[in-house]
Amino acid sequence: MSRRNIQLDEQNKLRHFITVEGLKRQMLVDILDTAENFLGLGARKTKKVPLLRGKTVANLFFEPSTRTRSTFELAAQRLSADILSMDIKTSATSKGESLLDMLQNLEAMGVDMFVVRHGSSGAARFIAEHVAPHVSVINAGDGCHSHPTQGMLDMFTIRKEKGEFAPLTVAIVGDILHSRVARSQIHALTTLGVTEVRVVAPRTLIPADVATLGVHVHHEMESGIKNADVIIMLRLQKERMQGGFLPSEAEYFKRYGLSEARLKLAKPDVTVMHPGPINRGVEIASNVADGEHSVILQQVTNGIAIRMAVMSMTLGRPEIEMGEPK
Amino acid sequence: MNIHIQGGQLIDASQGIDKTCDLYVADGKVVAIGDQPEGFKADQVIDATGKVVCPGLVDMQAHLREPGNSHKGTIASESAAAVAGGITSLCCPPDTKPVTDTTAIVELIRLKAEKAAKANVYVMGALTKGLNGEEISAMQSLKEVGCVGLSNAHHPIKNTQVLRRAMEYAKTMEITLFLHAEDPWLSDGGCAHEGVMSTRMGLTGIPSCAEEAEVAKLLQLVEMTGARVHFCQLSTAKAVRMISRAQFDGLPVSADVAAHQLQLSHIDIAEFNSLCHVQPPLRSERDRDGLRDGIMQGVIGVICSDHQPHDKDAKLAPFAETEPGISALESLLPLALRMADLEMSLIDIIASLTITPAKILGIPAGSLEIGCTADICIFDPEEYWMLSEQSMLSSGKNNPFIGRELKGRVHYTLLAGTVTYQLSD
Repeated sequence: MSRRNIQLDEQNKLRHFITVEGLKRQMLVDILDTAENFLGLGARKTKKVPLLRGKTVANLFFEPSTRTRSTFELAAQRLSADILSMDIKTSATSKGESLLDMLQNLEAMGVDMFVVRHGSSGAARFIAEHVAPHVSVINAGDGCHSHPTQGMLDMFTIRKEKGEFAPLTVAIVGDILHSRVARSQIHALTTLGVTEVRVVAPRTLIPADVATLGVHVHHEMESGIKNADVIIMLRLQKERMQGGFLPSEAEYFKRYGLSEARLKLAKPDVTVMHPGPINRGVEIASNVADGEHSVILQQVTNGIAIRMAVMSMTLGRPEIEMGEPK
Repeated sequence: MNIHIQGGQLIDASQGIDKTCDLYVADGKVVAIGDQPEGFKADQVIDATGKVVCPGLVDMQAHLREPGNSHKGTIASESAAAVAGGITSLCCPPDTKPVTDTTAIVELIRLKAEKAAKANVYVMGALTKGLNGEEISAMQSLKEVGCVGLSNAHHPIKNTQVLRRAMEYAKTMEITLFLHAEDPWLSDGGCAHEGVMSTRMGLTGIPSCAEEAEVAKLLQLVEMTGARVHFCQLSTAKAVRMISRAQFDGLPVSADVAAHQLQLSHIDIAEFNSLCHVQPPLRSERDRDGLRDGIMQGVIGVICSDHQPHDKDAKLAPFAETEPGISALESLLPLALRMADLEMSLIDIIASLTITPAKILGIPAGSLEIGCTADICIFDPEEYWMLSEQSMLSSGKNNPFIGRELKGRVHYTLLAGTVTYQLSD
């Protein structure tokens, strides 16, 4: 007997969104389709729909973030939810209040959804295990474990660019070891059924037994991106130099940086992605980041649509038709 | 007080006995095996039919949390849990608060244990002052007040020269060192076995090599210094092989394993189950099999509980932020008995829980020879029971086997001829 997936409710509808791992392909496609519906909204004069009117969303960011946090705020606002954003570093837990005590206090204030960013792997799941039955939890990144909305917005971007997943070869380049984004992308890509997923990095940045996730490991940039349809560059954290993972940014760029010359090894219509924020000249050359293959800014726009999709699916009532705004 | 234990299967590895026969206890000592001595009048008869009668178990490593962490457990609460698990002698490591590096702390622990009067509590002294890994402790004084060995618990001794001096001095004082082999650099910040699970879950891994590299280094130092070293709670198959080779070469080394390491693997941390957050981490199935082989071949002589009771909050956090350890006194025997499923004989399993740890610690326990103190465990090897928070006597309810059925249940525990635990119906 298998235990039920904590992310699903009795009807197998999405209740929390903690990780892409373990969700069925159709669920991922539903998320993408729902996001598609929301995408046009940003361009309208009135950007709001009333799906989450009367609901309260609490953004709990235990780690600093600008992009993810603001896109979640915008997504909640466009769904007409009330939003409370908390920067926890300056808040209660520094006074010794436990995570669970804080959650219970917020629940008592009538919060319906927690959007959580936390430095410790498993934090979002831990919170989901302890919230009241009507409360949903969305993982906005936990440690090195999972960042599912980022993973899904990247899938959304790929689908927009390429149409279908099956024929694609996708290369993920950079610090796979510490990347929750890479893990979410890998689970999403393998579930959506691409031809091949590659991870490309020096051995210091490849986690143990990563091939068991269904990826091919490359240590050479050239072989790693050869004939790739999509290249996803990951951000290189500066701290990696201190940890002895890499000698220098310059050496990293020389070996693994995405330059124009290297880009020619990939398919002619290759799509270049990056979850941001980018380090120009460290993992990606400026002219590639701003070049014709790059969809880095579309990713940000798509992020709002994906976050609206996930929030409305977990908390809203999807049976309510999106009416034209008055 | 005369006690007649009737009709049980007496298993005593120290004498090589495994047969159905009676046991007679008088004035706290074993007075006869088999036939009733002349003039013996029993004040109490215990019917042990269908049960195993063996020496009280000797647990080589149990954190009692006192002094310093009495919100997690006290010597009184944890020794009561010990006897419920059939354990009559246990040894507590020195990572108390303050650290057990002075004779005063050793005496404090001993006094509290005497007051509790449930089980014999033996004390492991600190190998370095304050467990700082820099200055060696007053080994001779600690030995004189009864420390059965010295350990640095899970605190690293990073400086190899300090380690060498500690071994040389311990050898001079004829004290056994009990060492946790974990390279502090390779394990830094880790909370799970480095492999499939740590990768999938995004947890910082501790590679098997952290243990193996440290074992290799320690074995070289043992060869150099001649110190007697016991390796605590091994977790990798390769470390077992290295120690096996060292034993073959005649080095004075022994080893133990925590019972849960023989039954769980890193797969069990799935879904961020903090009850399976232990140190050293649960490793691969291959490692678990290697540990089982180590027990069967006698390379690992001892199965211990590595008991670490926690308050509820200690396990209520994201995985890496929880405190490692299992409240394991009450599951030690049933978990060890599972080795019988792998064709290990009952007498060998009992040896690893009684006479072997007693010999390594150099304590008078683990035997029911005539004249020995009557520390006795009587258990039903076939009885199934459910471990539950309510049934556990330990203050710590952190045990991943809660809610699971265990086989083998303690019915009586006797300490020096006095019943200190009896299963209530």
